[in-house]
Amino acid sequence: MIKYTIKRLLQTLIVLFGVSLITFIMLNIAPGDPVGVMLAKRADQETIDRVRHEMGLDKPYVEQYIEFIKGAVVGDFGDSYFQHRPVSEILADAFSITASLGLWVLLFSIVFGILFGISAAVLRGTWGDKLIIFFSTLGMAMPSFWIAIILQIIFGLHLKILPISGLYSMSSYILPTVSLGLIYAASIARLCRTNMLDALNQDYVRTARSKGVSEFKIVMQHGLKNAAIPIITYIGILIKSILGGSVLVETVFAIPGLGKTMVDSITQRDIRLIQGCTIYIAVVFVIANLIIDLVYGLLDPRIRVGQEA
Amino acid sequence: MRFFKRKSDVFNSLIEGAEGVTYTSFYHDAFKRLRRDKVAMVCLAVVILIVVAAIFAPLITPYEEDYMDIGNELSGPSAEHWLGTDEFGRDVFTRIIYGSRVSLMVGLVAESIAVAIGLIVGAVAGFYGGKVDAVLSRIIEIFASFPHILFAIVVMFVLGTGIINVFIAVGVVGWTGLARVIRSQIMQLKQKEYVEAARASGGRNMQIIFRHLIPNCLSTIIVVATMNIPSDIMYEASLSFLGLGVQPPQASWGSMISEARKFMRQNPGYSVFPGVALIITVLAFNLLGDALRDALDPRLKNL
Repeated sequence: MIKYTIKRLLQTLIVLFGVSLITFIMLNIAPGDPVGVMLAKRADQETIDRVRHEMGLDKPYVEQYIEFIKGAVVGDFGDSYFQHRPVSEILADAFSITASLGLWVLLFSIVFGILFGISAAVLRGTWGDKLIIFFSTLGMAMPSFWIAIILQIIFGLHLKILPISGLYSMSSYILPTVSLGLIYAASIARLCRTNMLDALNQDYVRTARSKGVSEFKIVMQHGLKNAAIPIITYIGILIKSILGGSVLVETVFAIPGLGKTMVDSITQRDIRLIQGCTIYIAVVFVIANLIIDLVYGLLDPRIRVGQEA
Repeated sequence: MRFFKRKSDVFNSLIEGAEGVTYTSFYHDAFKRLRRDKVAMVCLAVVILIVVAAIFAPLITPYEEDYMDIGNELSGPSAEHWLGTDEFGRDVFTRIIYGSRVSLMVGLVAESIAVAIGLIVGAVAGFYGGKVDAVLSRIIEIFASFPHILFAIVVMFVLGTGIINVFIAVGVVGWTGLARVIRSQIMQLKQKEYVEAARASGGRNMQIIFRHLIPNCLSTIIVVATMNIPSDIMYEASLSFLGLGVQPPQASWGSMISEARKFMRQNPGYSVFPGVALIITVLAFNLLGDALRDALDPRLKNL
């Protein structure tokens, strides 16, 4: 286990290094001089050169990259060009918002996904099962930003019972959570159903049934336990998808989280903020995956060995 | 395709004299299985319908793409304008049909880019193994560790808006899944006897990869590519929704929804219909991909 942990840690470090390198290269070949944009073309060439020098933008790229990495390791991404605040501070604020929304989405999709997944598996072959399959298939094809707008029209404009923008009260979490979580709840429901059915067809379930174990206990103990492993794996992907999906939903609901910060920084061409955002999100995802892999390796020794092949 | 004909020639020479035995290829069987799947056939029909509508858009649509019915802006569905009009009085139905061109092109072109990258990286990593594999696997991992939409946004920022750049962004983002699958398949396939035979008869590495290994992954490539198309379409819509993709006046479902957002009070249908078109398209491709997977390569089930 120690060898496996060290190996995964090393891989993670390499990946993070690569992420920073790719981000740095991409943003530095982007057209448009950040200083020119920042001073909004009002300054003469001399001023632009002076500001470039102060910001260290006239140094060779390699040197800039090394300095950037030095800062990034201790969480310092420099100051934002427009907000005149440290990028790390902006990101920390934005992240806490996205994280609270993300946790709700995670909770929503897991609870409803498993609930409907189990129901479909238990009701297998009946109309209830077909209905759940139909809606989960439909749910997986719906773009989150469209659901968000539909929910805004129904609950905000017509029924006028829920707030349609910002994140000020508990009730304002409902619409963003549902619009982002619906797709993932649908995926989990399908995943849960398939794996439950696999588990319920096993010999040990037949044995348990013939012993007279109650159906509820069979479903919960044998079915759910075996369906849980793929769902846990899926949570890793889910975290990445939620971080990505937050870009769209936060834009629709005007929530100042990571996603909206990212989109705003793109429109303002605030390269330092974009850089920080991208790396921040990648780091969150990579670390989440590392934790999941390690927990997984702890639970299932086959994975530790399998990874080496 | 040559390699199939050759296979059937071999087969026929083996069973010479055996009467009444017909050789059916793997793809023939798969197609037969697919044809029995009713859902798949309906989805195929829907996909064909969308493709036809996209190609013959000017013949089907009642108006020109940017014809403005002045004085009739933001109207609801009517006999004149089936799905209503937008803020410039343009026909929403017409623009949805034209928007399908963008979505299908993204599915086609961007996915081709993704397949090209994923195939080469996956095949090389799987075939050479060792250090090459270690390096390429890390590269795959690096690209997979950005949320796709986020990575696509950064690429769009670097390249600038426009449909060609959307193809590139979506293609560059979506190749890692295929690369992983191809890598593990090639790892298995390179142990096969025919690879040994090819090597014994003096086949070079590149020849073995492109002549023997990749053709044997074809069914996997078809399945994975079809299953990726709906997400590619979704990424385009998302980018255009954020204003980073296809630019007005060109119609795209994503940018239509984004525009419609400002007018959801006056004409809610304007936001609803482009989304419905998007859902129907994505759904049809999703289900078709599932059916293709079941017919061609059921092992990909837990992808």
